[in-house]
Amino acid sequence: MNFFNRIHSLVIKEFQSLLSTKSGRMLLVMPVIIQTALFPFAATLEVKNASLAVFNEDRGRASVEMMQRFAASGAFTKIVPVWSQGEIEGAIGTRDALLAVHIPADFSRRIASGEASPVQVVLDGRRSNSSQIAFSYLQSVLEVYLKDRAASAGRMLPSEIVARNWFVPNLEYTHFILPSLVAIITTIGTLIVTALSVSREREQGTFEQLMVSPLTPEMIMVGKAVPAIVVGFFQATLILIAAVCIYHIPFRGHLVLLYVAMFFYSLALVGVGLFISSVSKTQQQAFLGAFVFMVPAILLSGYTAPVENMPLWLQHLTWFNPVRHFVEIVKGVFLKDASAGRVFSLIVPLLVIGVTNLSLAALMFRRKTS
Amino acid sequence: MESSGIKWISWRRLRALCWKETLQIFRDPSSILIAFFMPMLMLFIFGYGINLDSSQLRIGLWSEDGGREAADFSAALSRSKWLEVHAFGSRADMEQALVDSQIRGFVVLQQDFSRKLSQHGESAPVQLVADGSEPNIAQFVRATVNGVWQSWQMERGDDRGKKMQQEIELVPRYWFNSSAESRNFIIPGSITVIMTVIGALLTSLVVAREWERGTMEALLASPVTRTELLLCKILPYYALGMISLLLCVAAAHWLLGVPFRGTITGLWVVGTFFLLSVLGIGLAISTGMRNQFNAAQAALNAAFLPAVMLSGFIYEISSMPAFLRGVTRIIPARYFVSSMQTIFQAGTIWKLLWPDILMLMGTTVVFIGLTAKLTRRRME
Repeated sequence: MNFFNRIHSLVIKEFQSLLSTKSGRMLLVMPVIIQTALFPFAATLEVKNASLAVFNEDRGRASVEMMQRFAASGAFTKIVPVWSQGEIEGAIGTRDALLAVHIPADFSRRIASGEASPVQVVLDGRRSNSSQIAFSYLQSVLEVYLKDRAASAGRMLPSEIVARNWFVPNLEYTHFILPSLVAIITTIGTLIVTALSVSREREQGTFEQLMVSPLTPEMIMVGKAVPAIVVGFFQATLILIAAVCIYHIPFRGHLVLLYVAMFFYSLALVGVGLFISSVSKTQQQAFLGAFVFMVPAILLSGYTAPVENMPLWLQHLTWFNPVRHFVEIVKGVFLKDASAGRVFSLIVPLLVIGVTNLSLAALMFRRKTS
Repeated sequence: MESSGIKWISWRRLRALCWKETLQIFRDPSSILIAFFMPMLMLFIFGYGINLDSSQLRIGLWSEDGGREAADFSAALSRSKWLEVHAFGSRADMEQALVDSQIRGFVVLQQDFSRKLSQHGESAPVQLVADGSEPNIAQFVRATVNGVWQSWQMERGDDRGKKMQQEIELVPRYWFNSSAESRNFIIPGSITVIMTVIGALLTSLVVAREWERGTMEALLASPVTRTELLLCKILPYYALGMISLLLCVAAAHWLLGVPFRGTITGLWVVGTFFLLSVLGIGLAISTGMRNQFNAAQAALNAAFLPAVMLSGFIYEISSMPAFLRGVTRIIPARYFVSSMQTIFQAGTIWKLLWPDILMLMGTTVVFIGLTAKLTRRRME
């Protein structure tokens, strides 16, 4: 038997163990479908359906007008009228309202006399990000109102910069999430398949049989790598199709470029997965090892929170995180039509991570066989 | 011994079984890794890595106007502590930098910047382009540059004796987390994710292994009752989870400086029912799957990912569409996140906590009941 024949039969065996049971097959497809269907709707930092508590001690025209603007803005689906400071506390505490507006009794009088009128807004600090975003909605509604007042009174207000957004003009979150999901879901699939494949055989005792066969450790590694890469490509393709056909996100870059990058990314993941399985004795250890790598890698990939918000030393450390580079690649190619040069500059770290881990894994396997 | 046939629990047997489980936990370095090392790692990541408060935004600046006014506004942009302004050799270079994510937006001062300023039109002679592929950052870029622009104009007006003043001003005040640091609400939420890992992931593997290796059948053939079997899997992992929870809270408070206003009692009550719920999920999955590889994948998808995505610890539940809000109601992590945020930032206020506790009791009953049912089916 030559080199390729041996690997060929090994790959077939690996696929059989992956796809032989119904639950095994289901687990390669179902999570992808469920996650692609649910997460784009869940993972949003936009604030919708928020409710606003209003404590209006002023009965003047200005306060009523301002409240009408807030109610009509669409950012708040529910306005909760309250009648005391204590009720504001209650509404925020029980999460009935995200924000509360308190208009003092002298509000209209102060405006009429040309003084600045402060309006207190209480924000739920337990959800500081959402309440800040909702506060900025209030602010922009107020600005429009002030401009209209100024215009009708013939006064002048500072002009405003009109900003445009490139790549995703309306800042839809789904455009940001789906390309990132391509990277994240394939990470989970590829890593778990490789990390567990060796340790499962070790636990069941079939790994020794493989080792006494004419296969070299490198061939065994290739045999374990191929199915994992195929699984990764398959899952990524599923999500790409969903992104373009169901979510209607325009794919701006070159598909070939994306798949080339995906190959190197899978290689890096396979390296990590095989290294983990080469040092673990049981499936439990391999799985938990993969998990301990995966969670920080995904969380620090720029998907949950931008890399540039991290402290500088941590930003440097993320260079060793393959997920970070691939998230950047998918988003770049998908949304921004990133150039080949840019993509290759991101492939370099993937290659370094892949080669390092594959060599380490090979070393560990060799040590165990000799 | 005759009476043990009818008795549901023999304390002696249960003690021995729990001791066996405990030994198993401590003999495997990976369970220690997951129970003690992982929580610290995660807290550290959530403490430093997940920051929704933008620190400094990198933007480009391109001025087509060489006048004094344009230079003055450029200087104002550079002075802002929220912006890191970069100059570029050409406009094309700057646009390429935006494509390559080196900058998150750029400002262009138009040729007739100074002349248009004196005319006072509706729109400013300034162009701002933000990187829409990062929606959150794009919004920050817009708000920050606009803020600099507005205050620059007001200063200019003041210099010339023309006062521009806002008639109405919104004054924000935070409750529960007065410094409004995202870390203070993310860390209590992240403890939920850590507890889910210990509760669901670890137990799903452990029990699936017993089925896979056939030691479960051996146990079932012994006089051990179903209740004992369930309890011996729950109690040691419950203890492990509780220790880990206390460790997390201590580390969050003393190492990361997150204020803790609640009590240990509150933590214990909420933690107990949450842990029992996730243990129930883990046990149900492993009893149903009986295979470590599948159980691990299923636990990841059924317990871990929902705890991250659908629990409301980063992504607000009320902003989700109605059907998804419905889905979150059966996810125990949701109730734990909201009570942890309350306990940490508001204190142990039972009036706010009891609805969550009640729901957690419900999920506990559902998932442990499911396990009991699945175990019975396996035994028949």
